[in-house]
Amino acid sequence: MDAIIGRKLGMTQLFAEDGTLTPVTVIEAGPCPVVQVRSGGEGRPARVQLGFGTAKASRSTKAERGHAAKAGLQAAPRVLREFAARGEAPAPGTLVTVADFAAGQRVKVTGVSKGRGFQGVVHRHHFGGGPASHGNTRFRKPGSVGPGTDPSRVIKGKRMPGHMGAERCTEINLLVAKVDGERNLLYVRGAVPGPMRGIVTVAKEGA
Amino acid sequence: MERLATVRLEGRRTDLPDFRAGDTIKVMVRVREGDKERLQAFEGVCVGRRGGGVSETFRVRKVSAGVGVERIFPLHSPGIASVELVRRGNVRRAKLYYLRSLAGKAGRIREKRDAVQEAGPAGAAGGGKEPAQV
Repeated sequence: MDAIIGRKLGMTQLFAEDGTLTPVTVIEAGPCPVVQVRSGGEGRPARVQLGFGTAKASRSTKAERGHAAKAGLQAAPRVLREFAARGEAPAPGTLVTVADFAAGQRVKVTGVSKGRGFQGVVHRHHFGGGPASHGNTRFRKPGSVGPGTDPSRVIKGKRMPGHMGAERCTEINLLVAKVDGERNLLYVRGAVPGPMRGIVTVAKEGA
Repeated sequence: MERLATVRLEGRRTDLPDFRAGDTIKVMVRVREGDKERLQAFEGVCVGRRGGGVSETFRVRKVSAGVGVERIFPLHSPGIASVELVRRGNVRRAKLYYLRSLAGKAGRIREKRDAVQEAGPAGAAGGGKEPAQV
């Protein structure tokens, strides 16, 4: 498989032998059982549903447990995600682990970014804000939002204050720096969306 | 769940001496020139340590040709060949940034001595920092 589900643990650093320091994000990924495989139809790749973690019986519905049982799982996974299978689709019940990844590969990591709440235009859209002194009182305001009588409306898509963050985003072309098969850890160079302990999916670049 | 804290502790070096702010240390730095490698010494007072795990760094200050020079080293970097503890300093702070505003004699740090040796009249190392605040 070319993709896996994991939990972002946080960031640290790795030293190379020549002293070069690499900032890395540690992701605890898998083992992810294949829960379901759906044929993609003509000319399309099969869709593979992976699971991650285990949900308590009291926290999962009977339908979820039954769905998992079809793949031979004891409990329902806490997270289900679907990916396209590039090659041959694995059979339900098989495990996808970090062993499918290798150092040096390029991956994309998808997660839900940290929620920032309602933010002004300076933080949200990198507006410049107003002058800081000389009697000015419009420090972080958006300024004019458009012309007047004609067209008597604000152009659609005008950047304004509003809710920021907590949206799905993908960081592409990240380098896998290290793989720890024993502890199911992926070390990815650079930062990855989401808070510590957030759920992320890692997919090989080109998938 | 595998804790990040344990991952951050991996790759630390255990061959370095235990030193803290105020100590005079000699850091042997690996310097690469072309394809040759040699060692360069940087000796001075450790003015502080910060960070934890593999990311810990320390800051060394020396006065070179009348100009204060400070260098920050990653503690666990392979670029450091060795660290030698030259002299232990008796200081009451974790970060010795005040040394920057002191020059000459005032910038000296009293040596830390064991309790047994301190039986005689102490402070022979002289000066200290208190009377020298200009």
